[in-house]
Amino acid sequence: MQNDRLIIAGREFTSRLFVGTGKYKDFAETKKAIEASGADVVTVAVRRVNITDRSKENLLDYLDPKKYTILPNTAGCYNVEDALRYARLARAAGVSDLIKLEVLGDERTLFPDTVGLLEAAKILVKEGFIVLPYTNDDPIVAQKLVDIGCPAVMPLAAPIGSGLGIRNPYNLKIIMEMVKVPIIVDAGVGTASDAALAMELGADAVLMNTAIAGAQDPIAMAEAMKYAVYAGRLAYKAGRIPRKLYATASSPIEGML
Amino acid sequence: MMAAAIQIQVNGEQRDCRAGATVGDLLRELAIKTERVAVELNLEILDRKDFDHRSLKPGDRVEILSFIGGGGPMDVYGKGRDSVHAE
Repeated sequence: MQNDRLIIAGREFTSRLFVGTGKYKDFAETKKAIEASGADVVTVAVRRVNITDRSKENLLDYLDPKKYTILPNTAGCYNVEDALRYARLARAAGVSDLIKLEVLGDERTLFPDTVGLLEAAKILVKEGFIVLPYTNDDPIVAQKLVDIGCPAVMPLAAPIGSGLGIRNPYNLKIIMEMVKVPIIVDAGVGTASDAALAMELGADAVLMNTAIAGAQDPIAMAEAMKYAVYAGRLAYKAGRIPRKLYATASSPIEGML
Repeated sequence: MMAAAIQIQVNGEQRDCRAGATVGDLLRELAIKTERVAVELNLEILDRKDFDHRSLKPGDRVEILSFIGGGGPMDVYGKGRDSVHAE
């Protein structure tokens, strides 16, 4: 898989695992886990600077923007206006036009508000943003996001932070077959097998945060995820055998006594 | 004579500021490196190269933002919302 590069909007990535940077004990742990994951793309949120305690370190002191692609998100935005504001602030603070667009519909499920998402995506694409939308596992909405001009689509596997794994593999599979841009399965992964399954289905990448940061040993889990994504991708490329109800002998009958 | 002080709001908190000070002056006073922040002045996002040209007026609302750790929204609000355990 030497030349198996992921390309999104002209940018090439070696790793197909994208990781979030939230929920870690400290920046040192964040850095170690991200190194262990082998990820090229890391997501960050945009928030007020702590002006009363300037001793607080900056996340980007630990994550070299030359080494990693920093993908700011609009996490915590529940309407189009807020999402636009945060996206524009992220661009003003950052180094690129990349934005992981989240417009959430409900605090309990954190499911995307796909109506708001489409509206915000349309505006941001027009403003020159490279919009990577966090969306539902809805093939029709995924296609609409592509039509608007999103260079990749990020459907959820399960609610954010739930660790429930892939709840609807069939919808994800339909999205992967229908939509002709990279599909990044985002949110809901619980453990390595979930990530492998996403890749075996044909996902181009997997994005996760809680599954790594919330593990007993985040650094070990980051490494597990690296291998899971790699193994899943290899298996997908290799082409699995069809499922059959009955056995097929692997050893020949010929030559038996 | 001391420069007169004006009242502004920075990240939601009232603050005294020297009359005639620019956004750039405020950032320097707060020891905030300009290369990794976004600044909003009364809801207008400023271009970094304008920080030293925009002077502050009484009642101005300044927001200074930067990148923090985050993946999904729950990370931002902390453990309080981490209550979904279906297993």
